[in-house]
Amino acid sequence: MRKVLKLAARNLARYWRRTLLTAGLIILGVVAVLLFVSVSGSFKGLIVGQITDSMLGHVQVHRKGYVASIDNLPLNLNMKPAEVERVEQALKGTDLVVASSPRLKFGAMFSNFTETTSIRLNGVIPEREASAMPMLAGRVVQGNIAGGLLEPGKVLIPEIMARGMKIKPGDTVVLVATNLDGSVNGKTFTVQGVLGDVTGPGGRDGYVQMDDARALLRMTEAEVSEIAVRLKSLGQLARAKADLTAALSEFKNPQGQPALDVHGWDQLSPFANIARMIDLLDVFVRVMLVGIVLISVMNVMIMAVYERIREIGTISAIGTPPRRILALFVSEGLLLAVIGTLIGAVLSYAIVYALNIWPVTFVFGREQNLLLQPSLATADVGLIAIVVLVVATIATLQPAWKAARMDPIMALRHV
Amino acid sequence: MAIVVKAEVLEKTYQAGDVAVRAVRGVEFTIEAGAFVAFVGPSGSGKSTLLNMIGGLDKPSGGRLTVLDTDIAALDRRAAADFRGANLGFIFQDFNLIPVLTAYENIEYPLLMVQDWPAEKRHARVTELLDAVGMADQADKRPDQLSGGQKQRVAVARALATQPKLVLADEPTANLDHDTAYRIIGLMKKMRDEFGTTFIFSTHDPKIVGEAELILTLEDGRLVNAAGGAHA
Repeated sequence: MRKVLKLAARNLARYWRRTLLTAGLIILGVVAVLLFVSVSGSFKGLIVGQITDSMLGHVQVHRKGYVASIDNLPLNLNMKPAEVERVEQALKGTDLVVASSPRLKFGAMFSNFTETTSIRLNGVIPEREASAMPMLAGRVVQGNIAGGLLEPGKVLIPEIMARGMKIKPGDTVVLVATNLDGSVNGKTFTVQGVLGDVTGPGGRDGYVQMDDARALLRMTEAEVSEIAVRLKSLGQLARAKADLTAALSEFKNPQGQPALDVHGWDQLSPFANIARMIDLLDVFVRVMLVGIVLISVMNVMIMAVYERIREIGTISAIGTPPRRILALFVSEGLLLAVIGTLIGAVLSYAIVYALNIWPVTFVFGREQNLLLQPSLATADVGLIAIVVLVVATIATLQPAWKAARMDPIMALRHV
Repeated sequence: MAIVVKAEVLEKTYQAGDVAVRAVRGVEFTIEAGAFVAFVGPSGSGKSTLLNMIGGLDKPSGGRLTVLDTDIAALDRRAAADFRGANLGFIFQDFNLIPVLTAYENIEYPLLMVQDWPAEKRHARVTELLDAVGMADQADKRPDQLSGGQKQRVAVARALATQPKLVLADEPTANLDHDTAYRIIGLMKKMRDEFGTTFIFSTHDPKIVGEAELILTLEDGRLVNAAGGAHA
């Protein structure tokens, strides 16, 4: 095989301009795909990480029908204490869960005594929220959370509201909420901090302690609207959802259906559609690479066979077995692909490395200065290399087969 | 002497569009081992067709052609390639050297790609042949760096590389000047003497023809005359 490869390399070097052009196309294709996979993967990971680690969690458990009405933050669809207890037990029963945080979500009027606006609030247990949402503390752009994410009687407010109403940490504000019975209650709070906005549902929510939320809503029972769950790994999402759904299925509503719903982040955030679009684009880019390799390698090998008909006739006449002629031309196509893939992969690694040394920032939604930190997974590079080599082999087979089957007499007469 | 080639009522008919062209018509001859034979005749007389059939590159339409005790017509494509690789050497009018290989590598090619000789044995054989054809000092040159005569010397060495029993040369001197042509024919004869290989070549050059020990003259596909040491 070494001798065939050596001869194949010589033949590629003979038509070096064409070899360079074809290898260049393959390199371009490999670099384009690997960079797209790397950058889009980094972007997706970054945004999904922000969404899941600072707002949604990986999984949420609600009472059935709550998510459909979530824009109204309905208090009548909260989970009752018995249901909450069952969910907590189910969460303890699986080794896939790292942390969970119960939340009481409600709408309120927010006033700084001169202006009033509406706000979506989450009543949380600060320690559990901080464990389940590790990036939440990082969103605090003003204020002091050294003593804990949220102290009693204090509120974290979204940046857009703080800026609009000129509110700063330490200011006193009034929150007015309507409870389940329709009665209104108000309570003064001190602004503990200001949260930077992030894209997605909950990205402009405020936070108060769970006890403060229940007091404001005059809630006597320990109801919660949702329980946000953080998994050990996002890759375990499907399994965790299935496990939790099975564990909670015994809770039925009066219609005999499961009373509790388990949702993944991808069912709760519109960004999931963008993520799916990125995955689709990823497939398209890979298909384009297949096309580039197929057409360029096939073209160059058809030309190689056409231009070397007499040579093929000669080697065939002196007794070169057809399988060796086939191997010679397949080797030329494969070598081209190997060269293109190797250089393409090295270039891609270099560009990704450069992007990490000189990072690129971008804006997405309300988020500024998002830092792109692309990386290349060995599995992705390996998969692309395999795709290129397989496609190149397929592209070479027809011309190589033609060369191997060529009638030596006709080939020797070719002018 | 052993018979290397035996043709019995050999026929070859081509189909050129609607017209059947009889390129070889009832030719009969035998060639013995170690002979130095010329097929002579004008263009279109059937010389190349005969050589192609002897070389297993083409099949007879009728009659029987036995080469080295093998019925050539019975060989399929792969068997014919194996037969050529094992028993025959070829010299072409246009030299047909592989342009990306040096003189050394061109001679080495059939040993490497056709017969899988081990490296040491290969090197010894190529060196021996380079010396024999007087090309030892040009071993590292590629075909485009060699003159026509030098290329044909390399082609002769390549044809002899696998120690074939029979070498077929189709107009080996057609692209060479007279002096060089004589030297190449002389070289082929020397190789025949040195290695005992049977040589069959075609030519229409009357001066070169004189170097052959057996001359088979063809006209319109028929063998019209046989002269020399073998019988027709």
